[in-house]
Amino acid sequence: MITSTAKATAGLRALTGALLASLGASAAHAAIIEVREGERIQEAVNVAAPGDEILVYPGLYSETVYVDKDDITLRGVVEGDNWPHLDGKKQLNDAILYSGNGFSVEWFKITHYKGNAIMGQAGNNFSIRNNWVIDSGVYGIFPEFGENGLIENNILSGIEDAAIYVGMSDYIDVRNNQVFDNVAGIEIENSRHVLVEGNLAKNNTGGILVFITPGLPIKSSYDAIIRRNFVLDNNTPNFGIPGSLVSQIPAGSGIIVMSGDDVIIEDNVITGNHNAGIIITSQDFVTEIASDTGSDPNPDRVQIRDNVMFDNGASPEGEMKLLMLTKFTTTGPDILAYQGAADAERGSCISRRGAYRTHGVGDWADCDSPTIRANDAIAGREPGDSTRAVATKMLPEPADPRVITADASGAELVYQGICAGCHAYNVRLIGPPTLAIQAQYGEDATSIAAYIAAPERKRPDFPTMPPQDHLSAPMRELVAEYMLSLRN
Amino acid sequence: MACVLLVSVHMGSPAAAIARETSLADSRFTLSETCPASFVPNESGGCDLRNRYRKYRSLRDAGVGGLKTGLPPLREGFSPQQIDLGRYLFFDPMLSRDSSVSCASCHDPAQGFSDGQARAVGIDGQILPRSAPSLWNVGFLSTLLWDGSKTSLEEQMQGPLYSPMEMDNTPARLLSTLNSNATYSALFEQAFGAPDITLEQVYTAITAFESSLISLNSRYDLYAHGFHSALSTEEIAGLNVFRSFVARCAECHTPPLFTNQQLAVIGVADAPDQLIDVGAEAVTGDISQRGAFRVPSLRNVARTAPYMHRGQKATLEDAARFYTGGRGHEVTEDESLMIHWHIWEPRLSDTEIDLLTHFLGALTDEAFMPEIPKAVPSGLPVSRAGSGQQAITATLMHNADAATTTHNNLALTDSPLRGSTP
Repeated sequence: MITSTAKATAGLRALTGALLASLGASAAHAAIIEVREGERIQEAVNVAAPGDEILVYPGLYSETVYVDKDDITLRGVVEGDNWPHLDGKKQLNDAILYSGNGFSVEWFKITHYKGNAIMGQAGNNFSIRNNWVIDSGVYGIFPEFGENGLIENNILSGIEDAAIYVGMSDYIDVRNNQVFDNVAGIEIENSRHVLVEGNLAKNNTGGILVFITPGLPIKSSYDAIIRRNFVLDNNTPNFGIPGSLVSQIPAGSGIIVMSGDDVIIEDNVITGNHNAGIIITSQDFVTEIASDTGSDPNPDRVQIRDNVMFDNGASPEGEMKLLMLTKFTTTGPDILAYQGAADAERGSCISRRGAYRTHGVGDWADCDSPTIRANDAIAGREPGDSTRAVATKMLPEPADPRVITADASGAELVYQGICAGCHAYNVRLIGPPTLAIQAQYGEDATSIAAYIAAPERKRPDFPTMPPQDHLSAPMRELVAEYMLSLRN
Repeated sequence: MACVLLVSVHMGSPAAAIARETSLADSRFTLSETCPASFVPNESGGCDLRNRYRKYRSLRDAGVGGLKTGLPPLREGFSPQQIDLGRYLFFDPMLSRDSSVSCASCHDPAQGFSDGQARAVGIDGQILPRSAPSLWNVGFLSTLLWDGSKTSLEEQMQGPLYSPMEMDNTPARLLSTLNSNATYSALFEQAFGAPDITLEQVYTAITAFESSLISLNSRYDLYAHGFHSALSTEEIAGLNVFRSFVARCAECHTPPLFTNQQLAVIGVADAPDQLIDVGAEAVTGDISQRGAFRVPSLRNVARTAPYMHRGQKATLEDAARFYTGGRGHEVTEDESLMIHWHIWEPRLSDTEIDLLTHFLGALTDEAFMPEIPKAVPSGLPVSRAGSGQQAITATLMHNADAATTTHNNLALTDSPLRGSTP
């Protein structure tokens, strides 16, 4: 019996996994699989079962790890200065790809991949923590189509697009990360219910972005809180990939909200960004992109509450420079509402507007901005109209599991989705009619279940049936029962 | 039931001549009373799809994501009779002006419901500007045609039916032809419960049939549902190239349908150094959509060469290689297209191109191929689709070798596939 602390080699894990499966044991008996330098992490993933933890010891690993299973944890073991180090050598595409639910990855150093360091495609309930990503491709951390995830305590630099890119995802917290020397520090794109809190975004071209990008299949971006971040000196010349959206971001931009709705910017420290501290804009901000009639170009109901802003706009770039010249100044603003974002009908508001150098917010309403007293801050009590009571945007319960249940409804899906291609009730298709099979087997579903796992040719006038060993033994039995129960 | 109609014959029209000859409903034609494979009857007797993907959600119900991601909504709930009637209409050349072209002429089941041509061939051999898209899984799509200008099949099919270059019919002539055919009158009454045929019924029936063309059980799908040995090592490596952020294929050809149904400007020249087809710009007048086309699904893509909107790429390898040629490398200097941001210079190696094409081959599944009628109510020959049934390559199995030996060239000579057919 494997206990939660047992060590198992990959081979042993496979054996015991098979044993457990044959005993009908559940994933509750999670194993720890250890990987050391010279071994491949992927081989551990291949034998891992849901719930297992893969411990990766310090050393150099050069591979693409993909995780298409649920509830797998990849945990690096850091020993002093020695990290488990995934190095793409500027040859490999991505370091880690995952699609399973409940994926966790932490304590890895990732360098020199061409694509992304960590990329999720429709994995929910994920956790990406304590990783160290350097000069590793297009995006550092990029969950896409994900729901309910945590990106926390990661350090990322030298990324050609966004270091942390939340794309078409919902219910995500991005907390306490450090992003520097990237084109974009943190980008929230076509996503909803996002908390970006406590991050340090420094020396990027743009610090924190909330965008609706046209041309994507999920077209909205709303309900984001940008809170208590340090957005400092984001003046790195743009080294974005030609054609990418962020390649159009002017250097020196602290926070940019393009088209995003219901964004609250509160309690941030935003200093030393030479173009502007905060830019709220419509999609007119970017050119060189095909328009999308399904995409609302204007940002609605943006709230800029108290933020400490200092020394922004020292040398505005391009269009900003021209814009400011119309105000007879060569200095960029702390806060700019640009194009459609400036209209009163957008419903945006700003607090303490006199504290900032602003442009374009003249028609905005005033927000309430509570004074925070020490006891409120310590106790986390809600002082008036503040977001402080919102601790997270993640879901209270994990997103739904994605399993085809081994029951009658699952059996129907399998039968109709697979078997029905060859078996119709009373006519000959590729295989014999269901009626004929019922006549042969009566109520003996077990024999059918055994047969379909490894079929041999039975009827000379029909081809050999392909094996259905992709189904679990209980599912094969249920499908056989379903087939015998059909009456038309 | 035999419906006897005295029809006024338009002399010189072959369709009318046929109709006259068959003024008695042909009793060989009855409509299926059972739903097509993988569909089960709902409470009102309509056919609903049963598929494992439907147990998964998709973010914002958009039907895009990764391996275990739900599908977009399907056009479903049509009755078995409506679906089967649509099948006859789909294969019947009588729907065209001179009874020479059917839907299946360009959407041939034997060729992945496309036609194997770079550009589709319409009535009188006219060459159309664009290629014929596959119809597999078309019932899930809400963006139709290469320029994305139609949102429903009913709306879309009125293009080819009445285009002078395609089937060149008119609504009035189509109705009169169908109403003059006693067999169709009987079949429409079976399907819709009313004796007079309407255009809406024609559109509904063809939509019903087209929406029954489901391909969601490839070896890739077995992998997606969790059976990882369904794909070979090379195919998994190809999947990882496909979804990597270097090749970025999955960003637009997004599972589970392998399309995100968006418009994209990728900058494939129509001919060397030529942009002839401005794509969505011609519909919207929006210059930023110049050269924008709908992202096609890659389901059964190995069956539908050549590729791109004018068939400019002969093979999957050629098509894949386009994406590693650099931004706008086929665009002439006098054009300034808003090339999609995912078109960049991934510098894919020959090995990676090879892996990609391997993986795309694992998307083939034609197990739910409908029965091609041996005869249609007009009595006209069933055009260009005769070889279809023999060409089915079933891909139910995870074992490719076994698939080749057992499922090819299936003996289906006198075995009606779905319901009752002559």
